Amino acid sequence: MKKIYLDYAATTPVEPKVVEAMRPYHSEKFGNPSSIHSYGQETRAAIEQAREKVARLIGAKPDEIVFTSGGTEADNMALEGVAFANETMGNHIITSSIEHPAVLECCRFLETRGFSVTYLPVDEFGVVSPESVRAAITEKTILVSIMHANNEIGTIQPIAEIAKEIGVRSSESGRKIYFHTDAVQTVGHIPANVDELGVDLLAVSAHKLYGPKGTGFLYVRKGTKLVSLIHGGSQEHNRRGSTENLTGIVGFGAAAEIAAREMGSEIKKMTPLRDKLIKDVLAKIPDTQLNGHPTLRLPNNVNFSINFIEGESILLNLDLEGIAASTGSACSSGTFEPSHVLKAIGLSYQLAHGSIRFSLGKHTTEAEIDQVVEVLDKVVKKLRAMSPLVKGGK
Amino acid sequence: MMNHYMTRFMDIKVLVAMSGGVDSSVAAALLKEQGYDLIGVTMSLSCSSKSSDRGCCSFDAAKDAKKVAELLGFPHYTLNFKDDFQHYVIDNFIEEYINGRTPNPCVRCNQFMKFDLLMRKARELGAEFVATGHYARIGKYETNLKSQALNYKLFKGVDDRKDQSYALYTMNQESLAHTLFPLGEMTKDEVREKAKELKLPVAEKAESQELCFVEGDDYGKFLKEFCPEAVKPGPILDKDGNIIGLHGGIAFYTIGQRKGIGAHRGNPKYVVEIDRGKNAIVIGDQDDTLGKELVAEQFNLIAGSVDRLIGRELEVTAKIRYNSPAAEAVLKVEHGTQNTEHRARVIFKKPQRAITPGQSVVFYRGEEALGGGVIQRE
Repeated sequence: MKKIYLDYAATTPVEPKVVEAMRPYHSEKFGNPSSIHSYGQETRAAIEQAREKVARLIGAKPDEIVFTSGGTEADNMALEGVAFANETMGNHIITSSIEHPAVLECCRFLETRGFSVTYLPVDEFGVVSPESVRAAITEKTILVSIMHANNEIGTIQPIAEIAKEIGVRSSESGRKIYFHTDAVQTVGHIPANVDELGVDLLAVSAHKLYGPKGTGFLYVRKGTKLVSLIHGGSQEHNRRGSTENLTGIVGFGAAAEIAAREMGSEIKKMTPLRDKLIKDVLAKIPDTQLNGHPTLRLPNNVNFSINFIEGESILLNLDLEGIAASTGSACSSGTFEPSHVLKAIGLSYQLAHGSIRFSLGKHTTEAEIDQVVEVLDKVVKKLRAMSPLVKGGK
Repeated sequence: MMNHYMTRFMDIKVLVAMSGGVDSSVAAALLKEQGYDLIGVTMSLSCSSKSSDRGCCSFDAAKDAKKVAELLGFPHYTLNFKDDFQHYVIDNFIEEYINGRTPNPCVRCNQFMKFDLLMRKARELGAEFVATGHYARIGKYETNLKSQALNYKLFKGVDDRKDQSYALYTMNQESLAHTLFPLGEMTKDEVREKAKELKLPVAEKAESQELCFVEGDDYGKFLKEFCPEAVKPGPILDKDGNIIGLHGGIAFYTIGQRKGIGAHRGNPKYVVEIDRGKNAIVIGDQDDTLGKELVAEQFNLIAGSVDRLIGRELEVTAKIRYNSPAAEAVLKVEHGTQNTEHRARVIFKKPQRAITPGQSVVFYRGEEALGGGVIQRE
């Protein structure tokens, strides 16, 4: 059985060129980058080169990059780091109701530590309105965190407009309000320039852009007040103790370089495939709807609600047919939970449970899309025939 | 090497319910050896505070099951049944305690979760059977040679100490026809031996706790949290209605219980009645816990026609709780209060200790489990 992978939003395969770039740094060039000797010097140089490459991808300066263990740590560093460093200025944080758990759970934690958090609603497409951000800002607001694009429904947020609103309110009050964006789903896939977006912090993960797992970074605009969460070393400008993940960082640099080069052509190739999948499924399978914004969406994201049946059952049947998809954010044990994102865009319980996400990648072909539509149609017909929610079903 | 089963079973898809324990792991291994095409499923049932309340990550049981599936080479999924489990099992468990009864959640879990919802999931995945690690056996008989209609019967597992037919009496022809119990012919020792032989990572795992959704078997804490009504202090009465002490909540008591009662006038005392209306427990001597008759509702007959039993007296043996021996009795089946339901009237040959409302009574003829019902107040 030829397998089809359409879960690139969960993770991507590491590019062979990235693996090549990483290879010497396992056994050959292995020095501790903090060591003074030549072994350390060569690996220090490799890390700084990688830092330049990832910085270039988002239009940042290399010393504004703090390497982390991944996107989740970067989000934690941004939220907790800024909150605890600025608690004398205020205790209010604004975020959206559709953030990744890396941000939402962090906010819940901060709520137990004396911070108050506003969770902004979104519209039916999953868009956070810049006006709602402005309206939520109080004299105690120190941080706003809105994701660049949603991992489940692919909606791209008006980050630059939100930044403008925050900037206006900041200068009116003469108090700095920091703006963080979780850009795990966007960097390397669509343009994400920190100055154009107007953000102070931005979280990225390597394994979503064909780099290795266990590596990420937080962009920290110069002048941002941030406390360190991991103590015990002066690495990363005293922002994160721990010997650097040398191979991971080198791989991240290589992946960033490739992404910068190929992004334009990938978008051109992927968008029509995405639109074909949407069009064919909506045409072929009745009682099906697209979740998320029709145009303001990631070029690789498709999320459907298929009425009368459970997304979980669709997913399992597809898996048994060799097609990998998802019902939302992946979980370590593979359990299915109702999606907070689909609830937030106002889907009924039934439609939220009947959702399935396909995320395309650079290896996706048109033939695969055709195959997926065909198998999905078959699976949906079978499940609907058994569904108690369908008239005539058992 | 291919054994003769393989050619027979190769294309038969089976959903195997895996708790992560030894029994269901060995059940899966045996089916795999026989050549079935397996899909492993762990049911995520309750939000135990053991893990985070998100419950989606680091669920140990599911992890162990996944390891076994990986080792044996078949797909495994953890599926969320929390809402249904709450509805069908936990809510009922709490309600029963509030009503002064002693519930048996495993019976309902089998009835609703495994042999209804999980079975539906199996059909959705194209699986013909659900397999579990229960110690029980299913027999298949042709009732009518012409029509080739099949009749399924449920039997005790051969390991007398582990037999779980008691908790399976709600099964029916439909569910039995689509269920496999690979461990029915084995003893627990043989199952453990098999697990070791296959080097299953769960071979040394201890027996699971009594109730899966009560953390650390701490009923008190669970009931205080979820049904505070059932843990209000109240009077302990003697048979004449005199108040002779205080109890900490009716839910902590079950009929026949001696622990926590203390001795009065030198004789050990036992709970003989739980009076929900008065929030009281009534105690008496050991002999007061004896009873010769009971009525059970929601009667289920596993095989055959229940209508043909009505008005007849049937010599059976009956178990009034999971770990009590089967006692000789006469069973009479009647129409229940609702049209579709039936009621069982049971008269024991010898008085039985602590007949407890809320528990199930299950009827046997020899090794065969005929069916059962839920014991009512007299």
